[in-house]
Amino acid sequence: MQFMLLFSRQGKLRLQKWYVPLSDKEKKKITRELVQTVLARKPKMCSFLEWRDLKIVYKRYASLYFCCAIEDQDNELITLEIIHRYVELLDKYFGSVCELDIIFNFEKAYFILDEFLLGGEAQETSKKNVLKAIEQADLLQELNAFNVN
Amino acid sequence: MPAVSKGDGMRGLAVFISDIRNCKSKEAEIKRINKELANIRSKFKGDKALDGYSKKKYVCKLLFIFLLGHDIDFGHMEAVNLLSSNKYTEKQIGYLFISVLVNSNSELIRLINNAIKNDLSSRNPTFMCLALHCIANVGSREMAEAFASEIPRILVAGDTMDSVKQSAALCLLRLYKTSPDLVLMGEWTSRVVHLLNDQHMGVVTAAISLITCLSQKNPDEFKTCVSLAVSRLSRIVSSASTDLQDYTYYFVPAPWLSCKLLRLLQCYPPPEDGAVKGRLVECLETILNKAQEPPKSKKVQHSNAKNAILFEAISLIIHYDSEPNLLVRACNQLGQFLQHRETNLRYLALESMCTLASSEFSHEAVKTHIETVINALKTERDVSVRQRAADLLYAMCDRSNAKQIVAEMLSYLETADYSIREEMVLKVAILAEKYAVDYSWYVDTILNLIRIAGDYVSEEVWYRVIQIVINRDDVQGYAAKTVFEALQAPACHENMVKVGGYILGEFGNLIAGDPRSSPLVQFNLLHSKFHLCSVPTRALLLSAYIKFINLFPETKATIQEVLRCDSQIRNSDVELQQRAVEYLKLSSIASTDVLATVLEEMPPFPERESSILAKLKKKKGPGAVSVTELEDSKREGGELNGGGDRGPDTAAMAASNASTPSPSADLLGIRSAAPVGAAPASAGSLLVDVFSEAGPIAPSAAVNDDGFLRFVCKNNGVLFENQLLQIGIKSEYRQNLGRMYLFYGNKTSVQFASFTTTVSCPGELQSHILSMHLCTKPVEPLVEGGAQIQQVLNIECLTDFSDAPLLNIKFRYGGALQNLTLKLPVTINKFFQPTEMTSSDFFQRWKQLSQPQQEAQKIFKANHSMDTEVLKAKLLGLGTALLDNVDPNPENYVCAGVIQTKGQQVGCLLRLEPNAQAQMYRLTLRCSKDSVSRRLCELLAEQF
Repeated sequence: MQFMLLFSRQGKLRLQKWYVPLSDKEKKKITRELVQTVLARKPKMCSFLEWRDLKIVYKRYASLYFCCAIEDQDNELITLEIIHRYVELLDKYFGSVCELDIIFNFEKAYFILDEFLLGGEAQETSKKNVLKAIEQADLLQELNAFNVN
Repeated sequence: MPAVSKGDGMRGLAVFISDIRNCKSKEAEIKRINKELANIRSKFKGDKALDGYSKKKYVCKLLFIFLLGHDIDFGHMEAVNLLSSNKYTEKQIGYLFISVLVNSNSELIRLINNAIKNDLSSRNPTFMCLALHCIANVGSREMAEAFASEIPRILVAGDTMDSVKQSAALCLLRLYKTSPDLVLMGEWTSRVVHLLNDQHMGVVTAAISLITCLSQKNPDEFKTCVSLAVSRLSRIVSSASTDLQDYTYYFVPAPWLSCKLLRLLQCYPPPEDGAVKGRLVECLETILNKAQEPPKSKKVQHSNAKNAILFEAISLIIHYDSEPNLLVRACNQLGQFLQHRETNLRYLALESMCTLASSEFSHEAVKTHIETVINALKTERDVSVRQRAADLLYAMCDRSNAKQIVAEMLSYLETADYSIREEMVLKVAILAEKYAVDYSWYVDTILNLIRIAGDYVSEEVWYRVIQIVINRDDVQGYAAKTVFEALQAPACHENMVKVGGYILGEFGNLIAGDPRSSPLVQFNLLHSKFHLCSVPTRALLLSAYIKFINLFPETKATIQEVLRCDSQIRNSDVELQQRAVEYLKLSSIASTDVLATVLEEMPPFPERESSILAKLKKKKGPGAVSVTELEDSKREGGELNGGGDRGPDTAAMAASNASTPSPSADLLGIRSAAPVGAAPASAGSLLVDVFSEAGPIAPSAAVNDDGFLRFVCKNNGVLFENQLLQIGIKSEYRQNLGRMYLFYGNKTSVQFASFTTTVSCPGELQSHILSMHLCTKPVEPLVEGGAQIQQVLNIECLTDFSDAPLLNIKFRYGGALQNLTLKLPVTINKFFQPTEMTSSDFFQRWKQLSQPQQEAQKIFKANHSMDTEVLKAKLLGLGTALLDNVDPNPENYVCAGVIQTKGQQVGCLLRLEPNAQAQMYRLTLRCSKDSVSRRLCELLAEQF
């Protein structure tokens, strides 16, 4: 996978994760183009499209679009389920996740993603194991918070 | 604000985010951000030392501001400070900031690397993972330099926690992608491969991505992964849906791992071991069988995961292309998906079937779905799905269904989306030409194309129809009649006027017998379009008019009248004016005989590859045109122009014509053949460059690639030949010096004038081979008909090189300037000195050259005979010593040699492993210089 973007129906970028080195300018350009392309598509259209020399896989969950760019030999359907698994992870962690959770706890959304995908590849596909890792981290945070106070 | 349930909330951050969200305008947002930035800056600069929590909070705010799309130019140091905090939460934010906002500031990189190093050696798995995530996210070269040697150790160490192993594997993958030269698996290889056997599914899932990437680059070293992958896959495929616990996803056991395993296997040919292969075929059959079982869940996640595996299995079956039974089953399965209610599946089935269409085993099976695909083209609501359907129709087209497919594509064009029209036009034009049995059908099709989508019909397409009409006398009358009718439409596309003008100018006489299309009627029809056309089209029409004067003397007065009027003879466009003046003069002073000679019908075009196909290839990028298509065009390409086998040289010949407009290239025969002053070639070059997109002068480096490659293993032969000229070469090499004799033969009975040749070195070569001076005085400027002249070229190789020198030849033939550029077959292997050595010496040196970049390897299909003697002759011709009794396998060939350049000697070892059964070779080169390995591998892969 080359990158993953989360954006709202209004085109606001909520999360961006790049697995290939690109300049900030290039990233902004790609984001702008892709958000526009995906938002212009109608609801019943297929979840895949060719874009430049990449394949785009996207899916909408409520007000948020999840959009991944994969390479030619990558598998579209399994990428669709990568998106779904990430949504499940967020949902489980936040308890019926909504866009606001991701806005206000953006750092958590990044941490969860890093436990699940690394370098653009699935690192751990077990929901239990990913959440266990995140919960352990939270436990450390709470201990820390306790110490500070 | 939602209640933050987990972790420690940063209140200040939440308040700031709320503020931003409440901003009514962009300006208000920027104002609020600037206020915050000023606040943070003053906090960071302030005298009072900030506590960890505040630092974390402000760094997090900066990160948020950056992610909103604003630039951040400070705070990096504070983030780096957080990395060394003992508090997990602070460290975590520090790492996140670094991952998102890397800065190439070297001082910082050093500090960051230090912090990472500490965490990696902390033995605290949570900290280690954080550090590994950071390396994987940044993936910079500096980090690779610092950690590439450490991470493999962590990955395979017995006491490493599973979660750390997972991060280490993918971290290494990222570093390998950015800096492959720094990631050396060497001694770790076998232990990394054995991670495929790990008990922890997560470890396998992560490790396999790394192994796949490494296998693509070094298939040989990792080939033991094949049997491990097959047994792992087999265990997953045969497990019950609950066996794998949390790795079962919506009743599908380990879908991600299964896909990755199938993907890994696609890096290799089918397993040679019968038992492994049998087990794999069983797995593939099971996967195909499962597709027929009723779903275990109605959820789309279930079917997606299941089908993801199925599509990956089908990709593997297509990759092997050796199991007819599986290929046909795959095709039938995809056929079912073509009618599935899920748009995603229809899209993927169309896409996947496109590759199946190029396999000889499944081509027929794919064809049975033609009606469904046509229906998809007509009824799919999503343009990307329609595009896939059009691609598939193109791929499944052959002689039996061409008429139907072309008709459907044409009718689709009428409503097709603008974005895909140009490509559709090219495809229709190619299919119509490739499968034309009856040329009136071909002409009809192209004229229809122009009528329906004239704006998208590129020059290549209408040039091509003209070439074909000129070459086929059985279709000329029909073409004249058809364009005449087409031109009668009140509004017709300018491309139609061009084709019409050209064809009537050449063949209008064939329909002039009918009073409804008498010469004057034809002329009036053409001229009625004249004023609406652009300058190049008008220039073309003027040429058609002068041709009319020759064909139909009765139109002379009318046409002279037109030429004489001010709007022509005083036209502000110099090309039009010149044509009008010259044609008027020509028609008034030349005798009928002279006129008839000058304006004679165009001679047939030399046979050549369709420039349309070339254009499509260029448009779609390399690899987009399927293999069968290329083979097909080799097989059938010649037919339109009168058939005949294309020998290996014809392609080169045809291609080199591209830069050599022979007199017949100027379609109207005006510019070069007319005794009147030649029009400037640039102004209205109209049809001169009908053979190529490149201008006639542009050197086309690829012109004689075929000819060029024939000389890698031999030194003498014919380098180039067309209707005018033959060039032979003889060459000899010693150490780093070479001498090449070039023989230029004039094949015509007419003298070549101003004959000049120049040798140049493209780009970087210039500095590598300097002494390319021609030793003889420049060749004689005149080459008599039937004569041959000779030239000697001395060569000195200074250092290794990849690009060949170019030979440019210019001369005048019948008044027309001929310009031709060829690659001279001077390749790096010419400077080989053979080296004899014993088996033990060979393998010792082989091991010494074990760095990955020193090796280049290619696996390829045999293009020529695999006969032992032929192979030996080629390997000897290469210049190396062919070593007997070295390789334990007597079927294999090993060679050794030293390349002599002025500055250095490059030792090279070569191993060629033929697989007669699969008709494949594996070629491995190891040289003391990386660039030499790569270049030799490229050159040699084309030889066998």
